[in-house]
Amino acid sequence: MICQECNQRPATLHFTNFSNGEKTEMHLCERCAQEKGEMFMMNNGPGFAINSLLAGLLNMEPAFPEQKKEAYQAEQVLQCPQCSMTFPQFVKVGRFGCATCYDAFREQLTPIIRRLHSGNFIHNGKIPKRIGGDLHLRKTIDDLKLSLKNLILQEEFEKAAETRDQIRELERKLTAGQEGGE
Amino acid sequence: MSLEKFISQAVSSWMSDDGPDSDIVLSSRIRFARNLDEYNFPTLFTNGEAEAVIGTIMERVSNTPIQNVGQLEMIKMDDIPPLQKRVLVEKHIISPNLAENSIHGACLLSENEEISIMINEEDHIRIQCLFPGFQLSEALKAANEIDDWLEEHVNYAFDEKFGYLTSCPTNVGTGLRASVMMHLPGLVLTQQMNRIVPAINQLGLVVRGIYGEGSEALGNIFQISNQITLGKSEEDIVEDLKSVVSQIISQERSAREALAKTSNIQLEDRVFRSYGTLANSRIIETKEAARCLSDLRLGIDMGYIKNISKSILNELMILTQPGFLQQYAGGPLRPDERDIRRAALIRERLKMESKEESGG
Repeated sequence: MICQECNQRPATLHFTNFSNGEKTEMHLCERCAQEKGEMFMMNNGPGFAINSLLAGLLNMEPAFPEQKKEAYQAEQVLQCPQCSMTFPQFVKVGRFGCATCYDAFREQLTPIIRRLHSGNFIHNGKIPKRIGGDLHLRKTIDDLKLSLKNLILQEEFEKAAETRDQIRELERKLTAGQEGGE
Repeated sequence: MSLEKFISQAVSSWMSDDGPDSDIVLSSRIRFARNLDEYNFPTLFTNGEAEAVIGTIMERVSNTPIQNVGQLEMIKMDDIPPLQKRVLVEKHIISPNLAENSIHGACLLSENEEISIMINEEDHIRIQCLFPGFQLSEALKAANEIDDWLEEHVNYAFDEKFGYLTSCPTNVGTGLRASVMMHLPGLVLTQQMNRIVPAINQLGLVVRGIYGEGSEALGNIFQISNQITLGKSEEDIVEDLKSVVSQIISQERSAREALAKTSNIQLEDRVFRSYGTLANSRIIETKEAARCLSDLRLGIDMGYIKNISKSILNELMILTQPGFLQQYAGGPLRPDERDIRRAALIRERLKMESKEESGG
């Protein structure tokens, strides 16, 4: 496959971008990819990171449609209260300044995150044990509810009853914990 | 220093040990990106904050050893010469970014070099587990253990909705990048890679070459990794990658069988010509060395060549990189000098094989 930018060198980087349900593909050689992502490169040469290019893509497609952008600029610029990074700065460098940025830009961020993660915008993985708090409990309950559904479908009613009791037990714990915490 | 001694010191376990399906999957890697909630991300943080991050991790970590891992050695980027950094990069233990651009970057390294924790890279913490062969689940388990152990002592930046918060929005959620390095000469020789790469991309995975100047697939080695980190569980991300890798393994195996059937003598010729080049050349460039090493390894896997250990590809791919060559030479080398050194090192390494054979 030949690079679609220079039509000379073989394409060694292949990107698939999903946006608004539409799929676009890009096939680039290392050099053209580097040029595309250059503004965001933290280092040139062998250390080229795939993330840098993604940050480039993020910037190439404006985060807002053109008219909206003007209206937005007239408004106050969104800024993180913790590290003072502004939203336009974030779009430019493709990196957050601190954890609080996620909170500060939450609304604007969701469409960007969706674009980067094939439409996903809610974490569905590991939860830290210590600081996760009752998130863990809620996740266990969700998992149990799912297996309860499956058990009922498979007509394993004895096991289903056990699971149901387990869920009740955990839900009691959850409400007790919340009341105790307040 | 003798070559044997140099190699024994230089080689990490992921290069030398055998793993499952290691005829095709050279190594499996899991990486978690994590940040501490109390400091700005490395994008913006001050020197003082960078030092504080190292301090926090060292202070809370040095007292409590991790089970099954043993002692971790702290290597600070400010303390080691550029050549040594380059060698760590070539061994895939640290990233080029940590070596060149980090502020007070550091790395906690396990003795067998399977585990490295990078500090102050793009994120405060990058946990990396690098295992030989096709062992993604095992590497994930190991990375999870280290992650849990760290979390007992430090506060991670975590959001109920977005998951683990990272500097770059492409890593948010699980912060997980799972990848394998695969040696796919059969699929390249039968010209199937052009068809397979877009198919892999459609499944949300990224294919790239493994080393050298660009990410061209030198030595027919490809790296395959997940692109999406948010919305799927760690186990699902790893399982999805595993199922694709398993399919590529079986396609590579059938490509090799087909090659053996249809062009046995041509393949044997190619393998032995490359063997001859490696055993006799006086000047060899990285690219040619990579191509010949790939042929040699294919020849070993397919039984044309006996009595040469399989790990030779993994080992020499790394040891013939510029950093290693210069470390072995004990000083800086011009590119043309490196090509001479590289040829000498490969010849000597191949002689070691025949010595071992006559000795045993």
